[in-house]
Amino acid sequence: MASEDLIAATVPAGSSPWRLAARRLRRNRVALAFLGLFVLIVLFVLAAPLWANNVAHTGPNTTHTLQKITVDGEKRDVVDPTGQPIGPVWLGADGKFFLGADGRLGRDEMVRLMYGGRTSLFIGIVSALITTFFATLLGLLAGYYRGWTDTVIGRAMDVLWAFPVMLLAIALGLVLAVGGLQIGPIHLSGGSIWIPILIIGFVSIPYMARPVRGEVLALREKEFVEAAEAQGAGSLRVMFGELLPNLYSTIIVFFTLNIAGNMLLESALSFLGVGVQPPNSSWGTMIASGYTLITSAPLLTVIPGTMILLSVLAMNVFGDGLRDALDPKSKVRFEAHSGLSAQEGSETIEGVAP
Amino acid sequence: MASAPLLSVEDLRVGFVTEGGRVQAVGGVSFEVQPGEVLAIVGESGSGKSVTAQTIIGLTRSPNSRIEGSVRLGEEELLEAGDEDLRRVRGERIGMVFQDPMTSFNPVYRIGDQIIEAIRAHRDDGGKAEAHQRAVELLDSVGIPNAERRVRDYPHEFSGGMRQRAMIAMALALDPELLIADEPTTALDVTVQAQILALLQRLNRERGLATILITHDLGVVAEVADRVLVMYAGRVVEQGTLDEIFYDPQHPYTWGLLGSLTRMDKPRPERLPQIGGAPPSLLDLPTGCSFRSRCPHEFDRCGEMPGLDARLAEAPQHRDRCWLTPEQKRERRLVDGEIGGEPA
Amino acid sequence: MGRFILRRLIGMVAVLFAVSVITFLVFNVIPNSDPAQRMAGKNATPELVESITKEWGFDDSLPQQYLTMMRKIFTGDLISYSGRENVNERIVEGIPETFSLCIGAAAIWIFFGILFGYLSAVRAGGWLDRALTALAVIGISMPVFALAAIFLNYLTYKTEIFPSGGYVELTENPIDWAYHLILPWVTLAILYAGFYSRVLRSSMLDVMNEDYVRTARAKGLSERRVMRHHVMRNSLIPIVTLFGLDFGALLGGAILIEGIFSLDGIGQYAYEALSNVDLPPIMAVVLFGAFFIVVFNTVVDIAYAYLDPRIRLGSSANG
Repeated sequence: MASEDLIAATVPAGSSPWRLAARRLRRNRVALAFLGLFVLIVLFVLAAPLWANNVAHTGPNTTHTLQKITVDGEKRDVVDPTGQPIGPVWLGADGKFFLGADGRLGRDEMVRLMYGGRTSLFIGIVSALITTFFATLLGLLAGYYRGWTDTVIGRAMDVLWAFPVMLLAIALGLVLAVGGLQIGPIHLSGGSIWIPILIIGFVSIPYMARPVRGEVLALREKEFVEAAEAQGAGSLRVMFGELLPNLYSTIIVFFTLNIAGNMLLESALSFLGVGVQPPNSSWGTMIASGYTLITSAPLLTVIPGTMILLSVLAMNVFGDGLRDALDPKSKVRFEAHSGLSAQEGSETIEGVAP
Repeated sequence: MASAPLLSVEDLRVGFVTEGGRVQAVGGVSFEVQPGEVLAIVGESGSGKSVTAQTIIGLTRSPNSRIEGSVRLGEEELLEAGDEDLRRVRGERIGMVFQDPMTSFNPVYRIGDQIIEAIRAHRDDGGKAEAHQRAVELLDSVGIPNAERRVRDYPHEFSGGMRQRAMIAMALALDPELLIADEPTTALDVTVQAQILALLQRLNRERGLATILITHDLGVVAEVADRVLVMYAGRVVEQGTLDEIFYDPQHPYTWGLLGSLTRMDKPRPERLPQIGGAPPSLLDLPTGCSFRSRCPHEFDRCGEMPGLDARLAEAPQHRDRCWLTPEQKRERRLVDGEIGGEPA
Repeated sequence: MGRFILRRLIGMVAVLFAVSVITFLVFNVIPNSDPAQRMAGKNATPELVESITKEWGFDDSLPQQYLTMMRKIFTGDLISYSGRENVNERIVEGIPETFSLCIGAAAIWIFFGILFGYLSAVRAGGWLDRALTALAVIGISMPVFALAAIFLNYLTYKTEIFPSGGYVELTENPIDWAYHLILPWVTLAILYAGFYSRVLRSSMLDVMNEDYVRTARAKGLSERRVMRHHVMRNSLIPIVTLFGLDFGALLGGAILIEGIFSLDGIGQYAYEALSNVDLPPIMAVVLFGAFFIVVFNTVVDIAYAYLDPRIRLGSSANG
């Protein structure tokens, strides 16, 4: 078609779609800024031990209920007699209780925020990896083999989909938190953070498997699949050698958006008490405990909530930027919105890509 | 024929502002269409032929487009026309047919309803029944069998050729004076192509319907056109009557196009001659002749953009943009006695 | 079409059956979950546990227990283990709260989602588009329960603009009913409105670039007609299908919102049941939710076929 010829004619030779995408992404300042934000957040939580040991001199679970600290020369209760924790001290005590204390137990909120963040991010990212892995695998199998394989996988996905997500996650959370999980030789105790990771990873699978399957079905009809099969490539070769590379962009975008979604799900489950279990903590559990003091110490809810918001927002914006960079059509859409057809738009605008 | 032209395009320039810079899709195109004639605009992708056609009825107006020049339909200056005037011209005075009939119809509405919609947008005095009747007549007039029944079908229930006929019927619903057909046969099978071209020819003869036919395929042109415009990189590089272009082509690009046509009356070549290279980026047009980088006959003077001039005394309407003298042209265009073909 | 519906109905029943079986098994293999033990309480004697087991049929085989439970659900005799209440009755009691919450929130999110999506699309690239997109992305990135808590703090506890929760019957006092539901509605709607506005924007931009929109303009239709009849009609299809799925999933109960705003709906009941590891209400609530999800899935498939004739009639090019 006209637009494709023009694109081919003006793109410098040897430019793979990846390089083009990278170039487009580089021009998207907003997406890059939010990626930067996410990286900052990761660095922030990775710095937890540094802060805990060198600045706050305390751990995330260490209580300081009956202690006093010196703030700008004045001695103050960490938790006052009415049970009210101290508010953000900022640098008044050389960094101790930077964000104040977290409630009756008098733990350092800043330290908890950093350690809790590690849990939240770890769960979000690893569960997204699990979801992506299985959703891709199942989507590939179902889309490529169709027939029985598709029906079985499809039905299983349907059943999983039919469960109200929260109910399923809560049920699994409750069940596994009590008894732990045994997978072959691996035994996970009820308090392990791998339990929420597995649960969240698992329940998110159908939402990604369906779109992947749809794409595989569409890709399957294209000539390169026929060509590979005609050359004698076996099913595995076709699936992983031909189809999978064409799914990379979809997978990557879904992966980033999945991190966002899973972090929200983890915080919701932890808030309800069926996600991360003590002594571990996450931003979700922090909100759960902060919630009881919402009127007297709203910051205990607002701060972890904001951290969740920023992390999820960062992943969402970056994921969108990725999607725009990998799918040239969406860029064309942006410019040509009145009267210019996609053909004309891409003929003139895409031809300008470099 | 010194009658007033139906459509007169003068120094049309269309540029688009994009992220990468300004793209000059059309760089100064001028031509006329006489009532009842078929003008073919030929060029490869990116030559600006579609943009030209769409600009005539204002489809390229947008915040990022810069349009200059003049497009006059009779007395009306279309480039300055307001929305209401433009709306009126579209469909009533100029009908347009696009390349892909499958995507050019809205898939969720019936064909008949879409034709009726076109009719009633301009003539809302008649009733629905009247419009319906007219739609049936239109489908019939373009050769769709069983028009009564088929008017209620959805686009995907028509075959490619049928859809294009329906598209043409819809474009002619209000009896326009000019039909613009943008690559009407490109998306169709070869056999169906012939049918559609025959239809266009019939419409032209029977109704005196002036037609602008846009295509990249010279074979299509030979069937139907009265005059031909060859476009390259946003400019006209040669224009003349059908005979002039086919028998006495003056521009190296035209030779290339002709040379790459397969011909049934000659022995089959081992390899179809091609025009080497690729069209220039419209972002960054070279100074001088835009075809220079692909032209085997280029020389120093080509660093200066040739004007679109008539260089043959005997054919004052046959213009081209090439500095070579007519004698040089006639000499160089022959390869093995054939026009076009790659020089050794 | 009839056969299509019939096949889907059978599929629905099959899925619900699978869901019920899985739920039943999951809650019967948890260690330390002997319901008789739980019901008997902390200081139960073995005889008490024994008699409860007999009375409730916990000594029957698993398949038998399953069948009995299913039968009771349909006859309305299902009693919960803790609290001994009639499960179906509790569910019916919870319906007004849950449905009020869902329907009200849905109305809000559909309205704003479509409005903002439309504005974003027709002014794509402009400042309004950027602002609305930013709002939308923030909306979908917020942890809903944290937002609810913040709303409660600043709009209820501190300033008493809104009540802190609870439910007033619609029939009793419509204004008060709405007044109590505004915060929950808004909290729930923010997430979906953000999402829907982006979906509509994306869908509209796709459609506006379609060839048939160009054709519509080329035949001289007014811009209003082009937008309303061609662009919107096709752009709204994904919204309709998405809405069916989301709304169906929500009718099963919004646990978080109901909990925070003290709305005694089905979500709340579900949470209670889960906390008590009380199988009968869990089963009933899960089936209730699954039922709506599955029904709406089917409705959406049918609606999609209706909205897009290519699906309905099959894309065969003939003649």
